[in-house]
Amino acid sequence: MTPETARTIAVDVNGVSYEREVEARKLLIHFLRDDLDLTGSHVGCDTGNCGACSVLVDGVLLKSCMLLAVQADGTSIRTVEGLGSDGELDALQQAFADHHALQCGYCTPGMLMSASWLLERNPRPSEEEIRRAIQGNICRCTGYVNIVRAVQAASGQEVSE
Amino acid sequence: MLLREVEYARPSSVDDALRLLGEHDGARALAGGQTLVNVMKARAASPDILVDLNGLDELKGIELGPDGTLEIGAMTTYTEIVESAEARARPILGEVCAQIADVQVRNRGTIGGNVCSNDPTNHLPPLLVAFGAAMTIRGSGGERSVPAEEFFLGVYMTAAGPGELLTKLTIPAGKGDGFASLPIGRDGTCIVNVAASLDGGAPRVVVGCVDAVPVLVRPESAEDDAVRGAVRAAGLQPPDDVHAPAEYRRHLAEVLAVRAVRAAKERAS
Repeated sequence: MTPETARTIAVDVNGVSYEREVEARKLLIHFLRDDLDLTGSHVGCDTGNCGACSVLVDGVLLKSCMLLAVQADGTSIRTVEGLGSDGELDALQQAFADHHALQCGYCTPGMLMSASWLLERNPRPSEEEIRRAIQGNICRCTGYVNIVRAVQAASGQEVSE
Repeated sequence: MLLREVEYARPSSVDDALRLLGEHDGARALAGGQTLVNVMKARAASPDILVDLNGLDELKGIELGPDGTLEIGAMTTYTEIVESAEARARPILGEVCAQIADVQVRNRGTIGGNVCSNDPTNHLPPLLVAFGAAMTIRGSGGERSVPAEEFFLGVYMTAAGPGELLTKLTIPAGKGDGFASLPIGRDGTCIVNVAASLDGGAPRVVVGCVDAVPVLVRPESAEDDAVRGAVRAAGLQPPDDVHAPAEYRRHLAEVLAVRAVRAAKERAS
């Protein structure tokens, strides 16, 4: 076990296997965007605050700007491109569209990953639980109101006035 | 952000990690990375080698002893603590961990990283001092146990020195605990936080965010006036910054100490 400046990693992203050599200093978000051309996940603040880069790594919601790509070796990753199928939106994405839960759309990929992680673990979250679940995702357009409504709708609940 | 070039190793045993940290001056342990990776982006830290502790299962997990003592591996995440049935033996621990940052950070950030980074605004240093927790540190020369109140040495400095690792935190049984803070927004960075524990005799009231290390205050009783007076007598010299002037932090320290002790009393009864 010798320290290395680069190593070959194998990851599964949205069901597709990739093997690439990456520099140790490369953040997972840049590996996804620049090496794999999966540009759905966004770099917002690059300081770990905004959550636009949120992805699931082995089923755990993380900010991919605070993980090195080499640390993801052997994991299974899900990004926003992994939501929906065959060009169809999933229920959560459709609810975002229906409830006008995005304006500029920059935060949306991370917001969707946080909301989908919430709904996997808590299929009928309260408004408070929804708000706490998306606390690590900053949206500067919507004031969060329509995002909360979309998550309520996606979970088959009445939408807050 | 592209980090400065760095070497990476992912040891499979604590001994290997200690060997790497001991052999290279520029080596640094990488726990959850929720602080370290960001300070590396800003070049506030530029380690030559990152020794990733995430593969070390021996540093993970929560054990509850028959006497109620909790032993928590340094690489246990906040989320694991929040969701742990064992950790509920000392309920305040999970409650405070649930107030740290956000879901994503809690899923990756670790209890060991929180205390070893020892940012004066962190939640867990005051709480662990209030508990009278013991920190187990391993180095090439073996293992030693350091009381939490001697573990925190300065801003970003702890008793876990170069070439050493915090491996385990031992929290004695108890339940009479309280925590009060004024954060910047819900679950945000604390302007002042106070942890209090009434287990084991006189109250242990610990004020965070007001000095380089958590400040332990020992009021004679858990009465409001005694607590307020003891915090005042500590002569705190908190920082003055954009979030609060020093005078306001001194005021908050007294108010939050009273609230933390009241919460602890309620739980103790």
